[in-house]
Amino acid sequence: MAKKKFVVGCFDKEELLFPAVKKVRTVGYKIKDVYTPYPVHGLDQAIGMRETSLHTAGFIYGLLGTITALGCISWIFTKDWPLDIGGKPHFALPAWIPIIFELTVLFSAVGMVLTFCYLSQLAPFVKKHHFHARATDDLFVLVIECTETTNTDEAESFLSNNGSIEVKTEIAEDGWWFGRYDKEEKLFESNSVVA
Amino acid sequence: MSLKYESQIREPLVNGSKDYHQITEDIVRPIEAKPTRLWYIGFFTAVALLLFGVYSVYREVVYGVGEWNLNKTVGWGWDITNFVWWVGIGHAGTLISAILLLFRQGWRTGVNRAAEAMTIFAVMCAGQFPIFHMGRVWMAFFVLPYPNTRGPLWVNFNSPLLWDVFAISTYFTVSLLFWYSGLLPDFATVRDRAKTKLRKLLYGVASFGWTGSTKHWQRHESLSLVLAGLSTPLVLSVHTIVSFDFATSVIPGWHTTIFPPYFVAGAIFSGFAMVQTLMVVIRKVFGLQDYITIGHIEAMNKVIVLTGSIVGIAYLTELFMAWYSQSKYEGYAFFYSRANLFSPYGWSYWGMMACNVLIPQIFWSRKLRRNLFITFFMSILVNVGMWFERFVIIVTSIYRDYLPSSWSVYYSPSIWEIGFYLGTFGLFFTCFFLFAKYFPTIAIAEIKYVLKTTGEEYKDKMDNLEAEDVEAFAHKHAH
Repeated sequence: MAKKKFVVGCFDKEELLFPAVKKVRTVGYKIKDVYTPYPVHGLDQAIGMRETSLHTAGFIYGLLGTITALGCISWIFTKDWPLDIGGKPHFALPAWIPIIFELTVLFSAVGMVLTFCYLSQLAPFVKKHHFHARATDDLFVLVIECTETTNTDEAESFLSNNGSIEVKTEIAEDGWWFGRYDKEEKLFESNSVVA
Repeated sequence: MSLKYESQIREPLVNGSKDYHQITEDIVRPIEAKPTRLWYIGFFTAVALLLFGVYSVYREVVYGVGEWNLNKTVGWGWDITNFVWWVGIGHAGTLISAILLLFRQGWRTGVNRAAEAMTIFAVMCAGQFPIFHMGRVWMAFFVLPYPNTRGPLWVNFNSPLLWDVFAISTYFTVSLLFWYSGLLPDFATVRDRAKTKLRKLLYGVASFGWTGSTKHWQRHESLSLVLAGLSTPLVLSVHTIVSFDFATSVIPGWHTTIFPPYFVAGAIFSGFAMVQTLMVVIRKVFGLQDYITIGHIEAMNKVIVLTGSIVGIAYLTELFMAWYSQSKYEGYAFFYSRANLFSPYGWSYWGMMACNVLIPQIFWSRKLRRNLFITFFMSILVNVGMWFERFVIIVTSIYRDYLPSSWSVYYSPSIWEIGFYLGTFGLFFTCFFLFAKYFPTIAIAEIKYVLKTTGEEYKDKMDNLEAEDVEAFAHKHAH
């Protein structure tokens, strides 16, 4: 990915972060992301992020598990090698419920975690740019992506006027990720800038 | 910010005056400090036990299960007892992290990380027993259904023992994923404040490059919630399926329809007891009393008295059903082999009754629930009692077969069967000592998340707000 310029503002209180985010969007700066030490509820909507549909993926993986288990067991016990167990029916659905259930859960959980890591580009040895080391400790780090029209000095003073305790401008580049080398992630709603 | 108003009646979950940085400092401190001498003593004791276990298992692999004093009547002895015992212990972690998450129990945040670790290690220990009980352990992979050159000959999908294979392996995998996905942000916290290169590298790899991005948190929240939703029925299913190993048979004493709920309650009971044993020690050794408060200990003791009583009702129901059925085989199993104190294994039944049903009733007293010594002592007693329970169920039901000629002489384990059991303690504590030293033992991000609603200092500030309009307050402070 190409190198880009970012203006970084750090906040130490959530109370200041939310109004600042709102103002940043009102003025029309493009927010890249906000890095926080814990999940701040409502922040994703506040910065105009799209909802995640990870849970839908989880449902589909679960369904896949159900179908796999039911399909495999019924094929094995009715077609491939029917066993006569005391003359009981070969298609013994009630006895298969435990395994069908377990595979549903297994497929769903494993699938979701892998999807989560793939989408979030998280894996061992992946190199990422960290804007501020304290983003995982006690700071809320608001990052503005500079466009051709962005004046970095203006953006910096704008952030510090809105409660940011530390501001800086950085040039950063994203690391490599499967099949995404030159593509932007579409994380935000199309109308992410509040008019 | 997650500010929801919390009543003053509820105890704070984080004591003292803390800010976010202080939380990081408190929880990461043990990782960054050199291990104490006590840690080394504990760790090497555990490793020694583990090695003894490895040697015991070696004897069994070479000479067969006869090495454990098992015979044709008592085919399941200490090994399966220990399996069920460990699996039961392995239920508390996922219960705390999944079911209590769905029930919005805030106190889970202080203990969920260590409890989940305990779950994973306990399931690892449990898995050893059925695997080595197979005798020819090098053929253990035969339990997996895969297209093979023997026909293909498939496994029996109608067998509860195979359900167990799926249940335990799914449970282990899902618990591990749940635990590790929760660890990512906390590993990143350790990485970003690391002073040495090696630590930065190792925690960097372990944290998968976590940045704390809002998008990642959004997905992480969704992931945790769905995993919790999936784990909730999973936890209940695992011990249900373990109980099917017994309940679907026609052995008097096992052939019981109340086994699933009774086993699940027992599992939660013993799991919480093990969590208590570990928490009482950890909070003291690492100075985490502000995060694992007496309130946390009390909450878990309440679960212990509840589940202990459920188990007690189940014991009595079993006795009633044995009498009500008027089946002489059921009657023999329950009123001679078990409830008769002077039968060969009567001591184990009454040991179970005392430890699981009678003594935990002291936790109806608030004062005793909040007493650390009593809690620690009780947690050990409950686990002894729960071990007795599994021993009672397994051995007293089978040691006298239908024909007196098939009665076993008094079964008692050999040193190698005991050694195997001790070895799993070694495995468990080796893992747990490593965890306590190298992993954040409390979920840092989750504590930060609840700090401003349930931290002592923040709750104090809300003192005079009870009178104010709650809606207006929330509107003013939450976003």
